[in-house]
Amino acid sequence: MTYQPQTDFGTPASRSEDQVTLTIDGRETTVPAGTSVMRAASEQGTAIPKLCATDSLASFGSCRLCLVEIEGRRGTPASCTTPVEPGMVVHTQTPHLAKLRKGVMELYISDHPLDCLTCAANGDCELQDQAGNVGLRDVRYAADATHLGQTKDHSNPYFDFDPSKCIACSRCVRACDEVQGTLALTVQGRGFDSKISAGLSSDNFLGSECVSCGACVQACPTATLVEKSVVEIGTPECAVVTTCAYCGVGCTFRAEMRGEQLVRMVPWKDGKANRGHSCVKGRFAWGYAQHQDRILKPMIRAAASDPWREVEWEEAFAYAASELKRISAKYGKQALGGITSSRCTNEETFLVQKLIRAGFGNNNVDTCARVCHSPTGYGLKTTFGTSAGTQDFDSVEDSDVILVIGANPTDGHPVFASRMKRRLRAGAKLIVIDPRRTDLVRSPHIEAQHHLALRPGTNVAVLTAMAHTIVTEGLVDEAFVRERCDWSEFKDWADFVSLERNSPETLEPVTQVPAADLRAAARLYATGGNGAIYYGLGVTEHSQGSSTVMAIANLAMATGNIGHRGVGVNPLRGQNNVQGACDMGSFPHELPGYRHISDVATRREFEEEWGVALDPEPGLRIPNMLDAATDGVFKALYVQGEDILQSDPNTQHVAAGLAAMECVIVHDLFLNETANYAHIFLPGSTFLEKNGTFTNAERRIQMVRKVMSPLNGLEDWEVTQELARALGLDWNYTHPSEIMDEVARLTPSFSGVSFDKLDEEGSLQWPVNEAAPNGSPIMHIDGFVRGKGKFVVTDYVPTDEKTGPRFPLLLTTGRILSHYNVGAQTRRTNNVVWHEEDLLEIHPTDAENRGIKSGDWVKLASRAGETTLRATVTERVAPGVVYTTFHHPMTQANVVTTDYSDWATNCPEYKVTAVQISSSNGPTDWQEGYDQHARNARRIETAEAAE
Amino acid sequence: MSSTLDNLVRMANQIAMNLKHEADPVGAMAEHIRLFWDPRMKQIIFAHDGTGLSPDAAKAIDALKASA
Repeated sequence: MTYQPQTDFGTPASRSEDQVTLTIDGRETTVPAGTSVMRAASEQGTAIPKLCATDSLASFGSCRLCLVEIEGRRGTPASCTTPVEPGMVVHTQTPHLAKLRKGVMELYISDHPLDCLTCAANGDCELQDQAGNVGLRDVRYAADATHLGQTKDHSNPYFDFDPSKCIACSRCVRACDEVQGTLALTVQGRGFDSKISAGLSSDNFLGSECVSCGACVQACPTATLVEKSVVEIGTPECAVVTTCAYCGVGCTFRAEMRGEQLVRMVPWKDGKANRGHSCVKGRFAWGYAQHQDRILKPMIRAAASDPWREVEWEEAFAYAASELKRISAKYGKQALGGITSSRCTNEETFLVQKLIRAGFGNNNVDTCARVCHSPTGYGLKTTFGTSAGTQDFDSVEDSDVILVIGANPTDGHPVFASRMKRRLRAGAKLIVIDPRRTDLVRSPHIEAQHHLALRPGTNVAVLTAMAHTIVTEGLVDEAFVRERCDWSEFKDWADFVSLERNSPETLEPVTQVPAADLRAAARLYATGGNGAIYYGLGVTEHSQGSSTVMAIANLAMATGNIGHRGVGVNPLRGQNNVQGACDMGSFPHELPGYRHISDVATRREFEEEWGVALDPEPGLRIPNMLDAATDGVFKALYVQGEDILQSDPNTQHVAAGLAAMECVIVHDLFLNETANYAHIFLPGSTFLEKNGTFTNAERRIQMVRKVMSPLNGLEDWEVTQELARALGLDWNYTHPSEIMDEVARLTPSFSGVSFDKLDEEGSLQWPVNEAAPNGSPIMHIDGFVRGKGKFVVTDYVPTDEKTGPRFPLLLTTGRILSHYNVGAQTRRTNNVVWHEEDLLEIHPTDAENRGIKSGDWVKLASRAGETTLRATVTERVAPGVVYTTFHHPMTQANVVTTDYSDWATNCPEYKVTAVQISSSNGPTDWQEGYDQHARNARRIETAEAAE
Repeated sequence: MSSTLDNLVRMANQIAMNLKHEADPVGAMAEHIRLFWDPRMKQIIFAHDGTGLSPDAAKAIDALKASA
């Protein structure tokens, strides 16, 4: 495929349903009303010269290059700012226009360095293209006063800023405003003195509020803002569309390549999840794929205390199979299990759960959704009948009230957050329910109408108090409830929430949310128009995570905010393929498609396809596997693409469980923390090195396309297949498309999915079946999947994790924009310049009481354990609450989290841990001991030299 | 009690507490354990003498044990 830049129509598409017919250069064309003349011309194949226009931004009309003549009109209007009209006759190329354009271009070029041959954008520069398009051959002006020779800003690790090449088109500033919504860039000065600035004139890009989303770089028509990778490698020669491997937004990118070398990742404008936008991780933080820490050869060892020994694939598979067989024979088949990865493809995940069910002979399969969104699966299946969110991302454009609870989308889901912020700037109202004052609460041109800064652990109380307000103040959408929900269950629920003990006033001492604020927020959600709820792990990672999800569903049903655009219940999924991993049968009680393993008919379908009898009993969940391991009855674990030692709670318990096993197989890119306890290491492949699909938070299935050969020699699905074959399973897949075909045969909600169909449509949102052959952007339109919507009484039950004299503060954990999950990928990129270490946020009052200042080392202690890290004193957290991230293994935030968990799913209660903070002189005994253990565990035996 | 049994007793009590508003709380809890607990977890709680279990949790476990 030859490199072609993405088509740029100059101005955004109009959403009008009215059509307008006009004539451009003698050709009649019909476009939606509101379309610009520039776009109408472009759509019919006529490219009007332009510089300040690009179709991701509102038209601006400053460069004066896109002038046209319109019959019956005086002058030469800018085509980017002129909307089409019926019967309009437009001429885009006349001698007069050519002269004007050439004159304009001559002025631009007179103040531009003529270094095209050595410029990084040579061949990919709009200024260069337009100079050629208008036929500029000479520049008559003397270079007396120019902007040449200005100092370049190299501060950002991923892109350079060269003001000498700037044409002051403002595309970068507008991209930062309109697309990203950070408003970090500005035009300083006027007229000739105009110059682009990141923040104050004293700031450089790195020191400014720029979040490095790359929108400005993408919008820049010259080499003023250009990727460092392009400077170093050169311009790309081909491009392949694929899907990002960070977060549940599921942005699609063009991987722009030279041979098998990745030059840059550019957000794909036709991507339906990201609509051409990106964040710092997906856009730039892909360097981990070639990082020197990657392990490319399989390794084995008899004991975790031994050094690793590199072996060939055949030996690794044979050794793994022999160990698994030995352990199964000695301890029984229930002693084996595995963990699928939310970072791997649907096809890889499907194979791992198939290996465990059909090969290991049990259902001891679980996935990292256990520790994030398993309560979403339980809660939404119970209330609506489907374990997934209800909307597509586009839906937010029609929301009038946006309620964000337990989510920090500007950090965790930044590309969707930008779309949400755009809607908020356009007038939608915002309610934030979060213990922390997240960036969304107050950011440029956005301020939450209500920030309910609840005490951690009281989500259910807050939501029940909101329900109390809605029911007792007569704000229920009774017509919706009567038609769509079980009326009897609704009545029981309404009676319950109406009890005085559930009023905002009664619960205020528990929630610490002022009752008047809570009532006002409830009224706004119920009466403010289309109300949409977005939530994250601040909802699910609690002892009542599932109850909170159901309480959210109750609110949506009671107010009729389900079944159309602008509304809905929207879980913001953490990892790229959490939704897909769950869909593919990664839970120990469910086969693909969320069908219980005890269902005879479902099981029979799989047994016939796979040719084996399946165990009808649910298997072990991750925490239960670890308990069983410490009890001495669970002995072997295959972990694909997960680092449970760092990500799961109560690290010391996880370590004890892993240490008690006789065969831990880690299949990963790096020697992660879990691998410190492993006996077999199978090197993994990155998303750039394999084919398959990911499913994002809006149930959108998207293609992952291989752009380079796996550095380890095998794609991950091939590794699992070879392991299965070594165990005696007759698997013969030749391509992941065949795995998806099997998924489609066995899973009703995927029955219409195939790689061919995905190539044709770009993406598909499940269910994709006979009733919805092109997918289902919005669910529950005419009725709930389960029939009648089910109201569930969600009584607030305080967590067992209590503060007291020894542990008086509440710790809650989260993530930061520049890092992803346990940081295994992002810590191996230049993203570390923004976040070198995990920090503890503490309120000034709590800090002062303990004599702690920003930058001090502090000890963070709980009943489970203790660690040290540095403090940052901030009012983002309320008094009594502290916060940290879990991106760095030396901090090991999960040393202090407990094994308390959600009542229904065992999802850990990461968000509530009673802790004490005190000054510290250095690492804890655990940290020092672990550091030594990790160093020993990562030793790799040097191969003996051949004679 | 072992750590695993401690965990199971706590989980059982949590489930009972959160399902107490169901029309048939004992039946709902028994069904929840049937659907989500693996055989070993069930065996351990079945073999337990009931110490630490809430009355509803104990009834549900007895009911499930009787039907197993």
